[in-house]
This record gives sequence, C-alpha cells and structure tokens, in this order.
Amino acid sequence: MSKGILARKVGMTQIFDELGNRISVTVVDVSGNVVIEKKSVHGKAGYSAVKLGFGDVHKHEKEGTEPIWRLAKPRVGVFLKAGIEAPRRHVIEIRLPESDLDQYEVGKELTAEFFSAGEWVDVVGTSKGSGFSGVMKRHNFRGAKASHGAHEVYRHGGSIGTSATPSRVMPGKKMAGQHGNARVTIQNLRIFRVLADDNALIIRGAIPGPNGGVVTIKTAVKKTVA
Amino acid sequence: MELIKKIESAQLRTDHPHFRAGDTVRIHLLIREGDKERVQVYEGVVIARGGSGASESITVRKVSYGIGVERVFPVHSPRIEKIELGAIGRVRRAKLYYLRNLSGKSARIRTKRERKGT
Repeated sequence: MSKGILARKVGMTQIFDELGNRISVTVVDVSGNVVIEKKSVHGKAGYSAVKLGFGDVHKHEKEGTEPIWRLAKPRVGVFLKAGIEAPRRHVIEIRLPESDLDQYEVGKELTAEFFSAGEWVDVVGTSKGSGFSGVMKRHNFRGAKASHGAHEVYRHGGSIGTSATPSRVMPGKKMAGQHGNARVTIQNLRIFRVLADDNALIIRGAIPGPNGGVVTIKTAVKKTVA
Repeated sequence: MELIKKIESAQLRTDHPHFRAGDTVRIHLLIREGDKERVQVYEGVVIARGGSGASESITVRKVSYGIGVERVFPVHSPRIEKIELGAIGRVRRAKLYYLRNLSGKSARIRTKRERKGT
C-alpha cells in the first residue's frame, strides 16, 4: 500500500539509540496537510492521483472590507470546492494506484499518524541551489596542481576531448553550470519516530533542501518490506 | 527550530557537573564485552568543548605511557555513567590545542580552588 504526504523540513539533529550510537535524523512538520481532490482512471483525468494542499496563506483583514486571502481567486476556489475553509500555499499531486486512494478523504486533514515508525519512504524535494558552479564543486573534479609550473588553472577541468577525431565534444561531457536547485529524490529512508503531539515525523538520514523547504514524503518504491 | 530543541531536551543530561576547557575530568564509561557490562574510567584534561544541544562533545587529552591520547565524547551519551570533576584549571583559552605541542613541565595547567559564579 503506497501513500504520500507533504511536509516542511524543520532541521536535523542527533538521537542516541539504546546502544548509545548517535543517529542523524531530520525532523519534518506535516501539520496542515489537506486532501483537495482524488483523481480516478475512470474520471475526467484518466489517471489516478491525489492532490494535496500544504502551507499557510496570509488572510488580509481590514476594517470595512471583506477579508481576502493573499492568493489568486481561482486557486482559492479549488479549496472551496473541496470544502476546505483555509486555502494552502502549495498544491502538489501524488500519483498513486487507484486501489490506494481509499486512504484519502477529500476535505480532510492528514496527520503524522498517517505514517508509522519503521516504514521505508522516498523523500522528494528541491535541493539547495549553488548557482553557476565550476567542475570541482559540481562534479567533484580534482582540479590541477598548485605547483610545478601551473599557471591560473588550479580549478579547471582539463581537456574536454580529442582532436580531429571526432572533432566535437561528446554529449554529456561534465562541465561547469547550474548546480543544485533541482528536484531531488532520496530513496529508502526510514521513519524513525512519529510525534503525534507535534504532528511531526522524524526521518533517519538527510533530505534535500534547506530548513523550511517543502518536501513530499512517499512510500518507498524499491523497499517494499517493512 | 523550537521542535528540534524540544526533541533534544528530552535526551540532554543534567546530572553532569559544570566543567570547561582546562579542567581535569574522570569519565566513567560503560563498556560492553560480550553480554557483560563494565565501567572503564578515562581521566584527562578537557582541551575543547564544542557543539550545542544533544550534539555537544568534549575532547579529553591524557598522556598514557608517554603517548598523548585524545578521545572525543558526546557529553549527553547514555554510555557515560558519570563525569567526575577533578582539578579546576586556570586557562585563558576555550580550546587548548597548544597542549599538543607541549610536554613535561610546560604541559601543566595552573589550578585554582574554585570557580566563581557556578
């Protein structure tokens, strides 16, 4: 049975296990998950998925005027249709098999107890951006020696190919360019603990993105046994 | 971040005495041998204390049979039975890495009887 939920990365810390080993964990906050829509193979969409909303939206209130959400009206309307009072900042769709949609109920909130400790999950997020980076940072090249006659080439990648044959650079050649700020999936992480009171999950290991970033937590694709 | 503090505070140990770099400590470690547990004592000078919250650690240096030995301990580890405070050192730095380059008489640390404000 697969499922998914949205979360905000709170940060990382260490937890001692019963043997005294230190375990690196990431804390994620899942409060405010709402189910907006369920898509069915037999419906208009033609595929099965669940659409979730997450993250607060500011409500602008001023005397003498109607309170309005700081969100475009069509986007607010999506939530009203599902019977949700407060719209959410992020709307993310998770593809699931048709048979797993029964776990979700449109208009209802999801809590941390949707997952249980020990489950294997994949976490999808946007990695921290490093901008336009050189080959040493982006592809872990070694650069060049600082001595033995080297002149201003310490962080270069060296040759990018051969000469007249083939007279071109091979496709996929590792060069400098945009590094980070891309969609990243970390597979096979384990739910370490469920904090029902704080509506949060503790996940073993690291997850992509900065603290405060929004991530999607899904049942692991490859690890099927608990 | 409040949540992180809350999670960490559950495992912080409050039973340790107050100590800082320069102090001599006796660390009673729980060692597992097969299915038996025993206590081993490691005594030395704290040369650095770093990190915060549950990740806080100390580096303890001693000279054993003429060889300098340094061990890093997580302060809040459940494997530490207790920490005993020995001599209180009078030092002017938070990190005493300079002790690594000293030996014999010059590696001694001046002590004081008590610390103010603790």
